[in-house]
Amino acid sequence: MFDILTNNWGLLSTGWGYTIMCSVLALIGSCVLGTLFALMEISPYKWVATIGRVYVEVVRNIPLLVITMVFYLVIPKYVVAINGFTAGTIGLTIYTSAFIAETVRAGIEAIAKGQMEGARSVGLTYSQAMTQIVFPQAIKIIIPPLGNQFINLVKNSSVLAFTSGFDLMYQGKIIASTTLDTFSSYLAVGLLYLVLTLPLSYLMRYLEKRWQTA
Amino acid sequence: MQKRILKFLLPVVFLLTAVLAGCGKSVASQDILTNASQTNTIIWGVKADTNLFGLMNVKKNKIEGFDVDVAKALTKQILGPSGKAKFVQVTSDTRMPLLKAGNIDAIIATMTITPERKKQVDFSDIYFKAGGSLLVKKGSKIKSVKDLKKGTKVIVVQGSTYGDNIKKAAPDTQVLQLADYAQAFTALKSGQADALSTDNGILYGMSIQDKDYVVVGGTYTNEPYGIAINKGQKPFLHTVNSALAKIKENGTYDKIAQKWFGDVPGFDVKEVK
Repeated sequence: MFDILTNNWGLLSTGWGYTIMCSVLALIGSCVLGTLFALMEISPYKWVATIGRVYVEVVRNIPLLVITMVFYLVIPKYVVAINGFTAGTIGLTIYTSAFIAETVRAGIEAIAKGQMEGARSVGLTYSQAMTQIVFPQAIKIIIPPLGNQFINLVKNSSVLAFTSGFDLMYQGKIIASTTLDTFSSYLAVGLLYLVLTLPLSYLMRYLEKRWQTA
Repeated sequence: MQKRILKFLLPVVFLLTAVLAGCGKSVASQDILTNASQTNTIIWGVKADTNLFGLMNVKKNKIEGFDVDVAKALTKQILGPSGKAKFVQVTSDTRMPLLKAGNIDAIIATMTITPERKKQVDFSDIYFKAGGSLLVKKGSKIKSVKDLKKGTKVIVVQGSTYGDNIKKAAPDTQVLQLADYAQAFTALKSGQADALSTDNGILYGMSIQDKDYVVVGGTYTNEPYGIAINKGQKPFLHTVNSALAKIKENGTYDKIAQKWFGDVPGFDVKEVK
């Protein structure tokens, strides 16, 4: 088990780097996209809300692997050449954004309507009311489920293994097939994922506590 | 509450692990030959994504190919005309773990005999002499391994020997590993790489499927295929070897080879036998 870690550290650390890079990029991307689509979903304009709704329902009901393969195999053939890492990261971003949109939407809708109405009645615009009154309160509700999404995102980044995106899972598969020690190889990979997700899990828990008392 | 669930779950998990570990061991350590003649069945691990060797025929819901036919012929040779061959779908990635766990009796899945693999399993005599080659789009600049310079990309399949082969033959090129041949070929078609490298027999199968892609540069490695059998199964190994010698002698092998590779340009049974 430890030989696997030390003998293949080069491959594993490269893979780890790619996994972290993909996770960070997808995390930022999906938060931005997710919030955007959540705001669309609750928009007072019917057609904007419909677009948001359709996006979320379509994306979150398709397997991640299918979305990723579209970006890896179909887009390069007909639109623009993107490599496995980019395709995987884009796929993961889009997939996660749908779930984050739902989380954010639920959080905003949990804030009593009176807050928005009160803010509007004292003369704030819709966007001012949203960013200064509703959203700061919604954040506290959003944080715990958002933590779940982040952890899922890190683990889901293993989809890069299927698009040869050089991530941890990809390297783990290579190590497993060269050393033929399948069990230890995947165990090592699992441990390295834990090293990433456990601190993230604790960070989210910490934030949850802090924001609750604030 | 959580603690209580944990208290209940932990013993269950331990028990399951113990039971499963016990199962695996007892199955893997059974004598395959005795078992096979009792059940009149041999379980073969075959590819289902490799044209000409083992490919799923979707209409008939059956795996067909050279490997499958050789396995059938060997089963008949070993168990007699009533012997049944059962096929389990494997990939380059899953075949070793499945064999070692005892899920299958033998692997006949385009598997090259290598020294590293020999440490883990036993191999029969060679049943197909393959060689590494390149598949490229018609008119590609790449004519052989020598053209794989810096900036080029080559697709190989995870679990195959070609990750290492390419690194040795063309150290400057970038290697992309994909899960199976179907995905690898699709990725080549979508332009994710300049070439796909694996055994010539498999590449010919792809070239027959899509005439826009051709095999170039001859072979740059020798890849003798063997039938993999678990360590400690010497009686079964010897039986497979003598059965293999028989079907090579009595013309069955030639017939099967002709059936699958007869259409491939420049194919000669004597070169692979």
